Amino acid sequence: MAADTTPAIERSFNPLRIIADDVASIGGVTMAGIEALGEFVLFTLSTFSWLFTRLPRRDTLIPNFYQIGVLSLPVVALTGTFIGMVLAVQSYAQFRGFGLETRLGAVINMTLVRELGPVLAATMLAGRVGGAMAAELGTMRVTEQIDALSSMGANPIHYLAVPRFLGCLMLIPTLTIMAIFMGVVGAFGYSAAILHIDSHHYWENSRKVVGNFDLFCGVFKSLFFGASIALISCYRGFHCEAGAEGVGRAATTAFVHSFVTIIVLDLFLGIGLDNVYYYFWPETQPLF
Amino acid sequence: MPWDGRPWAFTTMAAVPQNPDAQNRPLVEARRVAVTFGRQNVLRDITLTIPRGQTLAVIGESGCGKTVLMKTMIGLVQPTRGELLFDGQHLAALTDKELTRQRVRFGFLFQNAALFDSMTVGQNIAFPLREHTRKSVPEVQEIVVARLADVGLPENVLAKKPAELSGGMRKRVGLARALALEPELMLYDEPTTGLDPIMSDVINELIIRTRKHYPVTSVVVTHDMRTARKVADRVVMVYPISRLKPSEPQVIFDGPPDEIDHCGDPRVLQFVFGEAGERLMEMRRLSHVRENGGSLV
Repeated sequence: MAADTTPAIERSFNPLRIIADDVASIGGVTMAGIEALGEFVLFTLSTFSWLFTRLPRRDTLIPNFYQIGVLSLPVVALTGTFIGMVLAVQSYAQFRGFGLETRLGAVINMTLVRELGPVLAATMLAGRVGGAMAAELGTMRVTEQIDALSSMGANPIHYLAVPRFLGCLMLIPTLTIMAIFMGVVGAFGYSAAILHIDSHHYWENSRKVVGNFDLFCGVFKSLFFGASIALISCYRGFHCEAGAEGVGRAATTAFVHSFVTIIVLDLFLGIGLDNVYYYFWPETQPLF
Repeated sequence: MPWDGRPWAFTTMAAVPQNPDAQNRPLVEARRVAVTFGRQNVLRDITLTIPRGQTLAVIGESGCGKTVLMKTMIGLVQPTRGELLFDGQHLAALTDKELTRQRVRFGFLFQNAALFDSMTVGQNIAFPLREHTRKSVPEVQEIVVARLADVGLPENVLAKKPAELSGGMRKRVGLARALALEPELMLYDEPTTGLDPIMSDVINELIIRTRKHYPVTSVVVTHDMRTARKVADRVVMVYPISRLKPSEPQVIFDGPPDEIDHCGDPRVLQFVFGEAGERLMEMRRLSHVRENGGSLV
């Protein structure tokens, strides 16, 4: 009986072995990261290839468009309005110190049109739609519904990922414009009604600074954000691990990865678009 | 040649046997198939031939790789080594589109039916028809109702969502969906698991009826010996790799169902008669090690 109680494998203390194990685990994590990146690239390429070969049927597109666009509109509009008002509240004290209250519109609107509007709409979409997409597809994976699609000769990427990708890509510009519009309205409403800033000068200064190119930048960036949200969320759903914990993790990582990607893309797209702007219009209108 | 209503008739004419040699060719052939997930070996050197029209039951304890073997047969799982042939065609050599066309020839009843939650029962059964045929809405509707009648369900379940159905009804709807395209190969993954004895027998009868009504080859993965004995012409028992010596084959029984009770292999008899045997001793040893503070790793 004594032999039965002996542990199966006992590891003696060996520093070299510990270092080797650490190196091996770092290597394992690196390899897993590279594999995941490769799988994500293949997933993205497959999604794009289906876009150009066969579009999904209307009855799969419309419910997704409704979920992504129509149901996101109120929450995007509401957050846009409040972000606009918060910007007015926070900027007013600073601008008042210099006697530049009427320049408030220029700063707030520029911020909303180029940065906050697109990022806000994308963040709301990632939270509301991205997490839900990852959870839904993850549940389908766990309950073998994705295998069932494959077994019936339907390509899961074509049937599940492409409509969601198209929904995010085509509707995020509208949501971005709504977020910007409501932010601008909210900021102006607060500035004019509560802070008693002169409307004429508020709009006049905004008009001088915010141009069509800025609106184009906001909408252009949103396309990249929408595509990233859809691809990351669908990928996380398709590669969901088993069980309720796996589905929960897929939804969380879908949001976190989408959000990080949005912020990183925002920086690089911002730099790129600024360079384009200065290339075509070297003489820029100063803010003050 | 006029289209006979079966979707592969116009998509994969070459795949449908046209001559007697092709008719004699086995429908599924696995040649030394091995499947590995990460570091875990699930299948090792499985060689299996399934002739047309046969009903094969694959039995074995949970986790031995039965379902993986079945998913490998239709390309849902890629073998790490070895070859899988469906109707003489290497599945690994097919492109995605060719594989999709071949899959129209399979019907798969999943363990939990895998019905699409977002669709009604009617939409679930109609899904393969709408995806692969050019039938009009009334024609599709007619087939859906007929398949539903085949599995003994009334028309009033058509508008229900899968969540509103009992386990047995879900299985039957899954079977109706799998039969919608009149497949050549029907795969049943644990068809009676989780069902009461009466509903289990209903499902067994449906498997037998399906075979009578359609010229179908069937593979039934089960650990229910009653199902294996009742529906199968041939039984194959798969054993977990972790319990095998490196030189031992993973398929430890291959023969007709009435021979399995007289098999000389104690591992087969242990499964057939449901005896814990040495597993009980293993459990006791593990709990003893834990109680004495020993590590299992």
